[in-house]
Amino acid sequence: MAKNDLIGGSLWEQYSAIVSERMNNPMHRGEISEEEAEALGARLIVADWGAESCGDAVRLYWAVDPKTDRILQAKFKSFGCGTAIASSDMMAELSLGKTVDEALKITNIEVERSLRDDPDTPAIPPQKMHCSVMAYDVIKKAASLYKGVDLASLAEEDIVCECARVGLRTIKEVIRINDLKTVEEITQYTKAGAFCKSCIRPGGHEKRKYYLVDILRDTRMAMEQEKLLVQADAGDFKSKNLIQKHRAIEKALDEKIRPQLAADGGSVEIVDIREADGTATVYIRYLGACRGCISSTRGTLQFIENMLHQELDNAIRVIPL
Amino acid sequence: MDRIYLDSNATTIVDPRVKEAMEPFFCQQYGNPNSLHSFGTEVHPAMRLAMDRLYCGIGATDEDDIVINSCASEGNNTVLKGVYYDLIRNGPKSEILTTQVEHPCVRNSCAFLESLGVKVTYMPVNADGVVDGDTLRRHIDPDRTALVSVMWANNETGLVFPMRELAEICREHGVLFHTDAVQAIGKVPLDVASVPVDFLTFSAHKFHGPKGIGGLFIRKGLKLTPLIHGGEQMGGKRAGTVNVPYLIGMGLAMGMAVESLDFEQSAVRRMRDRLEDAILAIPDTLVVGRRELRTPNTILASFRGIEGEAMIWDLNANGVAASTGSACASESLEPNPTFAAMCISDELSHTSIRFSLSRFSTEDEIDRAAAVVRQSAQRLRAISSTYKNSK
Repeated sequence: MAKNDLIGGSLWEQYSAIVSERMNNPMHRGEISEEEAEALGARLIVADWGAESCGDAVRLYWAVDPKTDRILQAKFKSFGCGTAIASSDMMAELSLGKTVDEALKITNIEVERSLRDDPDTPAIPPQKMHCSVMAYDVIKKAASLYKGVDLASLAEEDIVCECARVGLRTIKEVIRINDLKTVEEITQYTKAGAFCKSCIRPGGHEKRKYYLVDILRDTRMAMEQEKLLVQADAGDFKSKNLIQKHRAIEKALDEKIRPQLAADGGSVEIVDIREADGTATVYIRYLGACRGCISSTRGTLQFIENMLHQELDNAIRVIPL
Repeated sequence: MDRIYLDSNATTIVDPRVKEAMEPFFCQQYGNPNSLHSFGTEVHPAMRLAMDRLYCGIGATDEDDIVINSCASEGNNTVLKGVYYDLIRNGPKSEILTTQVEHPCVRNSCAFLESLGVKVTYMPVNADGVVDGDTLRRHIDPDRTALVSVMWANNETGLVFPMRELAEICREHGVLFHTDAVQAIGKVPLDVASVPVDFLTFSAHKFHGPKGIGGLFIRKGLKLTPLIHGGEQMGGKRAGTVNVPYLIGMGLAMGMAVESLDFEQSAVRRMRDRLEDAILAIPDTLVVGRRELRTPNTILASFRGIEGEAMIWDLNANGVAASTGSACASESLEPNPTFAAMCISDELSHTSIRFSLSRFSTEDEIDRAAAVVRQSAQRLRAISSTYKNSK
């Protein structure tokens, strides 16, 4: 790619002949009037998407047969660049003759593929892929108007990269399964962020709900936390750090020892834990009836130590204060 | 189809006389001017003539330097980075003042210097779209400011900055002043004898010379660390064998640019105004910047309801070459910072088209272009989802 990238101004050279043709002469441009829809016995749907201030806006007209939900006529108008006009034209064409539910399945990727001259060469350069996304969005809007439902209810899932249609769940999974550490790796694995790059970080061409940098950071942080939790509960006593040992001893006290002492009206608390030469010395203080009890330096102490050996490790010494 | 070129702020046609003047220096007089033998020395007279024309063209004295280099981007890099080495890196200054509407070669060089810890302040433009004296006075600080860099004329709008006033303010404060004059040469009178700039850069291909050669004016007595180190060419201020044929072409192009100034100011301006009037006769159009404040060849127009790239596509399909600042037409999809600085709304920045004429434009071309523009606007508005005829 390097050699080809060194000479600029190649944007238009990367448009397919079909894109050029549809830009110069869009076949489905125009509007459908109420009268025309009525003459077809159809319901007129007019859906708008985008805004001039964003650089792209499209309006889709559908005449839909209310008995069969079939789209009898489709037209569009567009404020947009050449690829936006060509994509809108193809989108209108693809929706023609389908039912509204079938049309909802048309994605921007299908629009782009239909604009290719040959199956292996992209119809438009990567940074123009977002133009085809408009075509998908406006179909969704038209369908929501026809069905009288909220637009959000038609969304399949949270899409992070509109150009490559990659969802939030997929990206999180890929990061976890493959232990990904950079945004570039996410792009390699999923194609998310490979096109208009808006979804990589804030400040790009379009404002997004999710950004790859944030998803990566949050997922990595969650993974790190889970790892700590797993470490804290698993593994042998010796390999734990002091805080984890403290937690383990407290757990053993709670589950195996304190209930027994409580039966006699007593209890025990940890004052300190010190480590030396591979042995953990647990300094304890008796509470309640245990305090001053004759057994506390013999039988009870033996019981506590044995229990900790059995539950955790033999190299634990207990010293009552 | 006869194509019509209206993108002369991007580059210009090489004047055929310039091409002819360069011709002997490829296969006949091809010596290296630094050689001592006759092949080297025989090119000197033509080079001297070219240098004379460059000095004369901008009003430089023999004690000043005009360092020949590859383009204005190189010249601007040399000034910004040279001043960094000379005055900022080891003190005593800390800041560079520039504008929000500079060409990317100044803007991105400044961004690079910022990454090295230099404070760069980007001055805003006023309601007329230029940086005025009051703004400069508010920002300049002789203790801090190492350099002020302001373009002579803007590439997008054609707006001409109040150079003499800005340069005099810098002189008054003892601060170095640099101007990127790439869009000014041959379009507006330009004279470093009466406008006290310290550094000035230009590029031949913007005034009917060849691409890949330019010049950097350095006021006499000023030190500037070079960007390119090597041999002793250009007095050690810019290493690299001089591109002799291109220098000779640039010299002649400069001479002709100065001679053509009256023509630019009269005939080219008349054609520009004619095209501008034709554009403004189309409903819901506007042109950025007052006519009298612009270079005589430039129009930045907006056609409501038509995205810029779609417009230049359609114009191109009908044989008219123009350009757009629309983000959709850039490789990076980045919004145009000049438009943002000029408070041009987002809608407008997506609908802007720049037409730039030259002395090679003809009345017939302008009339044909006006017809094509009218027809493109009509076609694209007919399919526009946002355009409503406001009547």
